[in-house]
Amino acid sequence: MLENLARVWERPEPPQQQEEMGFFTDTTLCIGCKACEVACKQWNQLPADGFHWTGNSYDNTTMLSDTTWRHVAFIEQLGHEVKRDRWLMMSDVCKHCVQAPCQEACPTGSIIYNEFGNVYVQQDICNGCGYCVAACPFGVLDRNEADGCAHKCTLCYDRQKDGLKPACAKACPTESIKFGPITKLHQIARERVEQLHERGENGAYLYGADAAGEYSALNSFFLLLDKPSVYNLPEAPRRPAARMKTNYLVSFATAVGLAVVSACFFGRRE
Amino acid sequence: MPGLGASFGRGAATTFQEDLQNSDCILIMGSNMAEAHPVGFRFPLKARERGAKLIHVDPRFTRTSAMCNLYVPIRAGTDIAFLGGLINYVIQNDRWFREYVLAYTNAATLISDEFVDADELGGVFSGYHADKRQYEPERKRWNYKGEPTNVPATETPPEIKNESWSEKAGFIENPEPPSDPTLQNPKCVFQTVKRHFARYTPEMVASICGCRPDDIIRVAEALCENSGRERTSAIVYAVGWTQHTTGVQMIRAAGILQLLLGNIGRPGGGIMAMRGHASIQGSTDIPTLYNLLPGYIPQPSALRNHNTLEDYLEQERVDNGYWSNFPKFLVSLLKAWYGDAATKKNEWGFKWLPRIDKDYSQLPHFIRMAEGKVKGLFLFGQNPAGGAPNAGLNRAALRKLDWLVVRDWFEIESACFWYKGPERPDPKAIKTEIFFMPAAAAAEKDGCFTNTQRLLQWHDKAVDPPDNCRSDTWFVYHLGKKVKALYADSKAERDQGLLNLTWDYERDAQEILPDGRPSRIHDEPDIERILKEINGYTVEDRRQVSDFKNLKVDGSTACGCWIYCGVFPEEDRNRARSRQRDPNNYTSPDWGFSWPHNRRMMYNRASADPQGKPWSERKKYIWWDEEQKKWTGLDDPDFDPEKPPDYQPKKNATGMDALAGDCPFIMKPDGKGWLYAPAGTVDGPLPTHYEPFESPIPNLLYDQRENPVATHREHSLNPLAAPMDPNYPIVATTHRLTEHYLSGPMSRFNSWLNELQPEMFVEISPALAEAYGIEHGGWMVVETPRAAIETRAMVTNRIKELNVNGRLLHQIGIPFHWGYAGETVGGIANDLASIVLEPNVSIHEAKAFACRVRAGRLQEVHADRPLKPAPWPTRERAPQTPPSNQPEGQFGRGSV
Repeated sequence: MLENLARVWERPEPPQQQEEMGFFTDTTLCIGCKACEVACKQWNQLPADGFHWTGNSYDNTTMLSDTTWRHVAFIEQLGHEVKRDRWLMMSDVCKHCVQAPCQEACPTGSIIYNEFGNVYVQQDICNGCGYCVAACPFGVLDRNEADGCAHKCTLCYDRQKDGLKPACAKACPTESIKFGPITKLHQIARERVEQLHERGENGAYLYGADAAGEYSALNSFFLLLDKPSVYNLPEAPRRPAARMKTNYLVSFATAVGLAVVSACFFGRRE
Repeated sequence: MPGLGASFGRGAATTFQEDLQNSDCILIMGSNMAEAHPVGFRFPLKARERGAKLIHVDPRFTRTSAMCNLYVPIRAGTDIAFLGGLINYVIQNDRWFREYVLAYTNAATLISDEFVDADELGGVFSGYHADKRQYEPERKRWNYKGEPTNVPATETPPEIKNESWSEKAGFIENPEPPSDPTLQNPKCVFQTVKRHFARYTPEMVASICGCRPDDIIRVAEALCENSGRERTSAIVYAVGWTQHTTGVQMIRAAGILQLLLGNIGRPGGGIMAMRGHASIQGSTDIPTLYNLLPGYIPQPSALRNHNTLEDYLEQERVDNGYWSNFPKFLVSLLKAWYGDAATKKNEWGFKWLPRIDKDYSQLPHFIRMAEGKVKGLFLFGQNPAGGAPNAGLNRAALRKLDWLVVRDWFEIESACFWYKGPERPDPKAIKTEIFFMPAAAAAEKDGCFTNTQRLLQWHDKAVDPPDNCRSDTWFVYHLGKKVKALYADSKAERDQGLLNLTWDYERDAQEILPDGRPSRIHDEPDIERILKEINGYTVEDRRQVSDFKNLKVDGSTACGCWIYCGVFPEEDRNRARSRQRDPNNYTSPDWGFSWPHNRRMMYNRASADPQGKPWSERKKYIWWDEEQKKWTGLDDPDFDPEKPPDYQPKKNATGMDALAGDCPFIMKPDGKGWLYAPAGTVDGPLPTHYEPFESPIPNLLYDQRENPVATHREHSLNPLAAPMDPNYPIVATTHRLTEHYLSGPMSRFNSWLNELQPEMFVEISPALAEAYGIEHGGWMVVETPRAAIETRAMVTNRIKELNVNGRLLHQIGIPFHWGYAGETVGGIANDLASIVLEPNVSIHEAKAFACRVRAGRLQEVHADRPLKPAPWPTRERAPQTPPSNQPEGQFGRGSV
């Protein structure tokens, strides 16, 4: 008993900082096999979300959720309206933002950056407030009905600790999902875009490799062929904390204003 | 795979998937590789990233099409017309690889004067007997000029299908048949092929296939531009070609095209046959087929003079080429099976081998079963109640059995057909006694897969199977022991084969699992012992044989399957278990073991020119090293390693000595690739376009509508739509989805897979949906004369209506993964298909048949209850396996 109480005050050394790791998902190589979805569920022992046929191309898991941490989107672009018939596929995942709104919103300190620079939810600290769910502009986080806590991709923290690739990257047969040190991934991704441009694929670009507007770079970034919204990604993701200063100022100004007005109305005494 | 066997000598993929990355152009046809073989598809994608052109020709725009540079939609079942168009383009525009064709194919060989091509006979070849629907062996005269006109000794009667290499080698007395190297003689193979395909013009082919003439020219140009000395193209096919009444000839057509373009036996070239199941290649090598013994040795037949070993060898022997060695392989096989009981005096036990007297392949067998002629059946990992064509007839057949043993992981359709299913069966009326035996999964047993490229890969057991689940080997081994005990006292001659069968695969020591704990199963046989026997050993001192060259005809060696010889060359060396990547050689010879003789690419002598030099630096693979006086390169030469390129056979030489130094196709008696196949296919020496049995379109090329020697099995449950029946105006093809496996026994009981594709649907075009008032996501009914199924409608632009000879033709795609057992249930695509038999291999035609559709549901809605989703997450203890036993753990972190 005493021992347990004493342990509460122990502060072990945090793990040593490692090279920042992340994903680069190259959608031009994705064959939509969904091996990443299954590998993720198998490794992380996540339940199936139920059997609902959507009729939306081959996408029946529809979105990322507390129990679906990889999701393959299918976009059919065929017919008379398009120049070239395309069937776009993209394996979506937590973006592991360099400056993550979910982490900023978390009041308990449950969401942290781990030693690999990945955004990680500590399940034993999460109190289930759900602020992170609202904060994430990509709709990645979700609260689980059963335990009430927020869940999302851990970037296979447990596997990384053992020197293994995340399950999805390991299962990807075409190396559409690449895992590695961020600096190296950036280099590979830029070369890849150049190569595609040379080949005439002018629409190819990187999504999230660099900070843009109010939003930071993503440690899990993508190579896309069409507008982000086509893949159900925000064109300009917003980070609530970026407006914090303005919002505080506005609030303060409002408070001052209201105080002045109140003073004017109610402050007049005889 | 007689299509490949008849063209090149061996019925297996000529190349390996890793080699596809070296292709400059890949034509994927009859295959949905990205969906059905996603792991192998990394290599076509690698080729694309290196600048290769990927082409997909298919009735549906699939995930494969999405990855290709060029997609051409065609009508299901018209592949020979399309390939014929390509062949014609190559010949007419003089784009063939002259030196290769002259040296390595039978282009110059003269054909018998009495042979008449289908071109002149309205679509049938000489020797056709219309009433019998057969080619009469004594009249057909398909052989080379100067060959005896009597029936070749290797020919099997048409009642039984022979896929042995005796048949594929053909019988040619003269290894150097008369020829005309100028290719001008009208009776030479080249001129015959040219005439045969002359009518396959782009315009004609376009009107048959429903594509544009431009499409054919674009595909042909891509292949021509990427073939020759400096460049190579590959062709990939799968069951989209085989499941037709013309399947074998589709593959033959691909063989002709690749030979003309000079792409066989060269890096980045070849024909990659993608097999339909795990280890299907293995189950033809060590066959589960009724007509073959291991290693493509013909099964003795009661219909031929196979009474004694001498008679049999006299009939099946081939004098020239490598197959002349086959008596050694047969005797070694008999020694492996019958051990000491096999002696020279009793012909090594040859008389104990069962004789075949009719076609016992799966579909005819099930028809006999439906007629009540079969008493009992074992099903190992097979699900005919949902997975076989005309599954309704298959279920009716199962209901006629006395007993049925199903070994599987779950209670699949074939195990619960007596109380579930579209027929609403009355259990009381079904007498079949069913024994359901739980089976172990792959990770729960040791074993060996032979994959699509002939590569043997061993896998070790990871954990014990749960409860009473056991491996199939365990089951068969103990069943064998019990049956042997039952007959132990029998003196009957017919039982002596069983009693003398070697059956000694006990373990020496207790099995230890990878986590260090002993296995709780004590009577599991030692599967490595079986592989050792398959590899072969010397009888005297029981040492492993390392090469099939060392097998003997005198009974001093035993070998369970000669082509696998070398997989276990030493007592403790299982090469199938080896997993070494070679960073400097993409063939990685120490990754698994590839038959024959760890050869990754077959016929690779053709990667060098006739003088033995590589055709080009860019495409070098195997070449003659003049200093060392041997063939060398990146792979094991598929040739006598010391036979110089300028070797000329002496007169009357036999066996391999009869083949010159520039004959790469060593299984063939003339050493050539066969543009024209004088033997090996029963439906003609050249591919000819025939319509599917059920087709709304007449044959635009010939009077003969369908394959003249394919057969339809008459049965009340197997009716066919009349030719061009207006009631069935839509062309249907069945297909796979990545998310499921076959008829679903391995995937529809897995919640993770079911959530990805939870319901049966049919893909239709917006035009068809509008014409029939079908809504996207709504219900529709698909109907053939055999059955009707209800399904959801997936209306998509990926399916296009085609203009076939001026007529608007609709096609639909039906995934065949659903049934009535499992977590998700749905209409059975295979209920719609018929049993019509391809003449060479008795395969059905589920890839092209006629149907009709309507909006709505079936009158009687069958509410087959699906099972509940699996209770995830499971919290079973994971075994503590040390990293040294986890090969994955040894790779460094990060993929980049």
